[in-house]
Amino acid sequence: MKVFMLGWEFPPFISGGLGTACYGLTKAMNDLGIEVTFALPKVVDPSHSTHVKMLSPGTVIKNTVMRTTSEEVEDELKNVKIKTIQSLLEPYGSVEEYQHRYEDILRNKRMELGGIEFTEEMLVEGKNANGPDYAGDMYSEIHRYAACAVKLAVREDFDVIHAHDWMTYPAGMAVASITGKPLVVHVHSTEFDRSGEHVNQRIYDIERKGMHSADKIIAVSHLTRNTVITRYGILGEKVEVVHNGVDRSVAAKIETSRASIKSEEKIVLFLGRITMQKGPEYFLQAAKKVLSVIDNVKFVMAGSGDMMHRTIEMAAELGIGNKVLFTGFLRGDDVRKVYEMADLYVMPSVSEPFGIAPLEALNHDVPVLISKQSGVSEVLTHALKVDFWDVQEMANKIIAVLRYHPLQMTLREHGNFEVRKFKWEDAAAKCISIYGDMLLRAQPAY
Amino acid sequence: MPSVCFYFQVHQPFRLKHYTVFDNSSSYFDEFKNASICRKVADKCYLPANRLLLDLIRRFEGRFKISYSITGVLLEQLNKYCPEVMSTFDALARTGCVEFLAETYYHSLSFLYSHDEFANQVAKHVEQIEYLFGTKPRVFRNTELIYNNDLAKKIESMGIFDGIITEGADHILGDRSCNFVYSPPECEKVKLLLKNYALSDDIAFRFSNQGWQEYPLFANKFAGWINKFNGNGQVINLFMDYETFGEHQWQDTGIFEFLNHLPEEVLKHEDNNFKTPSEVLEAYEPVGTVDVPHVISWADEERDLSAWLGNAMQSNALHEVYRLEELIREAKDERLTADWRRLQTSDHFYYMCTKYFNDGDVHKYFSPYDSPYDSYINYMNVLSNLKERLAEPKPGTTAVATV
Repeated sequence: MKVFMLGWEFPPFISGGLGTACYGLTKAMNDLGIEVTFALPKVVDPSHSTHVKMLSPGTVIKNTVMRTTSEEVEDELKNVKIKTIQSLLEPYGSVEEYQHRYEDILRNKRMELGGIEFTEEMLVEGKNANGPDYAGDMYSEIHRYAACAVKLAVREDFDVIHAHDWMTYPAGMAVASITGKPLVVHVHSTEFDRSGEHVNQRIYDIERKGMHSADKIIAVSHLTRNTVITRYGILGEKVEVVHNGVDRSVAAKIETSRASIKSEEKIVLFLGRITMQKGPEYFLQAAKKVLSVIDNVKFVMAGSGDMMHRTIEMAAELGIGNKVLFTGFLRGDDVRKVYEMADLYVMPSVSEPFGIAPLEALNHDVPVLISKQSGVSEVLTHALKVDFWDVQEMANKIIAVLRYHPLQMTLREHGNFEVRKFKWEDAAAKCISIYGDMLLRAQPAY
Repeated sequence: MPSVCFYFQVHQPFRLKHYTVFDNSSSYFDEFKNASICRKVADKCYLPANRLLLDLIRRFEGRFKISYSITGVLLEQLNKYCPEVMSTFDALARTGCVEFLAETYYHSLSFLYSHDEFANQVAKHVEQIEYLFGTKPRVFRNTELIYNNDLAKKIESMGIFDGIITEGADHILGDRSCNFVYSPPECEKVKLLLKNYALSDDIAFRFSNQGWQEYPLFANKFAGWINKFNGNGQVINLFMDYETFGEHQWQDTGIFEFLNHLPEEVLKHEDNNFKTPSEVLEAYEPVGTVDVPHVISWADEERDLSAWLGNAMQSNALHEVYRLEELIREAKDERLTADWRRLQTSDHFYYMCTKYFNDGDVHKYFSPYDSPYDSYINYMNVLSNLKERLAEPKPGTTAVATV
């Protein structure tokens, strides 16, 4: 079995659950002996200046950072071929953010070329045969990406196409129509999760088209499966649920000096993108109520996002600015450290198709309080659960965890044990059996 | 021989309200929920089962006998929410074929934490049963059939009991049979009646299980199993929750039909009879001593305390509630005492059990909470309010200084 996978982000550049899921799933498929060709939009380097260099006319494209990463990953994953496609697409990127990134590149390049007036076309298009020629808006970029994917796919041999989230659906459809191979789209989130009722019609249309063109849809939870069925008009029999897993190896190292760095002050942790979908304002409202009962507690908000400034302001308005700390986006060792400090992890998401982060928290021995409006709440029993809007109950539960050590202990012990059953191997095996069923049905009947 | 001895456990706890750390009310129990559950169970079980048993007792003219243990907390609720159930129990009591057993009024685990409190609750229950049904109980059953040698000694020292009912757990009997009367070590008077868990659970748990090889179970088949013990058993102790009839096993499973035909099928064999626990103790001499140094119960596979004391939350909650004993006694406040005692009902701790939580089994079925964690949080919030009330100076004892 060979899979052409249209995915996102490989370590160490992982900004959220989508990248974690793609990597976890692919790695597990590799271990199960499945050959995967993984098409990856080239990860945008954290510093934009690198991009400027790469874009300069006449410069040989060198993407050393990316090379080494994918080579390292390839070394580890014997059955996986990683093919990067140069693209400005990023998971969770909005149309506006894309525009910003694109304009930054143009501006930087103009500066580098010493103020000489060039037209946009001269700067980015067709100057270098091997160079990237990003499209000027995200929608066009998605289609340009699809064209690149097709170019790549025709040179590859595979049985199934597997596309992750809407930005790769057009690529998946294009590859499917050229090669005639069956298409699986994997729904990690929908426009309704990201934007509530204020959906972006164009994105919705792309999602809908992708889902309808697909031969099979994989949803990360029953919650998401319901959304796919009710909001996108898909027949139930076409949608399978494959819950995500969590990588245990990450946590195995940290079991040392946990208690030693504890102070008297309790820490309640929010870790995730600070966006509408993640419910940061409910976290703050609950914090306010908690602080009306107990004082020796700090609320740490780790992450960044389009609601960051608004959230900082809100903490100040609530009069709890001195009790809420914003760390910005954390990665690697900093994530580990913040988990080590935390007494409780809270995920107050308004809409969470799955939510791998609570599993990671449990992996790090931190008990979790999750919103009932999350996919992970379907499968996790040793967690506290609350409706995201019920800030009173959220505060009630936070206080209980901070106050009653036996509660924290029982949640942690059982949770840490339970989390071991969420394995990527199982998720991968389920995907593979879905491929199998699909291929069986695709065979001509005699 | 053998005698068939039926004992039904009848109990409903006072369930707590949803109570957050922000609540400050001194009324902790969910009147609405308790009333509606009580009425529902009365309609499905207590009323139809009482009616049927009354009818059977009359039909067999003294040859069919049963026993009950009804907790004080249920009696209070029945009195308030379903008085008609009380009158049917009263009618059963007046047949003379029904024995009422004693237990802790609050269906508590007090024996494990305070022998004083335990004795008080047993005395309160004995008094209540005598008041309602006119006879003093002579046989004791502890909450969830929790038992060990110390309990036997404690019951013996109380001087009013002839026997104790407990679980016929394999590990206390070894290769001996549970179908005989036994004695506890170092006791002169009290004897033991041990539950035949295999036959009891055939009715209580397996009756409607279509995957069970004996399904469907009819009264004649069951009576046949009892007949097998002819000549090698004194008594078959069938002990179960009363809610088995109509509530755990719904009416449409045929459970009432089964019960309706059982006496006639059992009595077809002329050596068989029905006896109440006291009659069994009078009729048969103990065949040996059963030594139970460690605590047993009738719960789950393990037959131990892990359903109430299996995790840190449970032991913490129990410890915290019994820690208040002295303060409660000093406070001499009737309402505080009643609230404190209702908080001792074992169900509160059962809801906190995490043992089988993943599998969604019986523990989940009986719990009004979404999770054991929610139940612990709720309980601790209530307990914390009770502590605050205890710490408040009593009205009348302060104010003096201001004169």
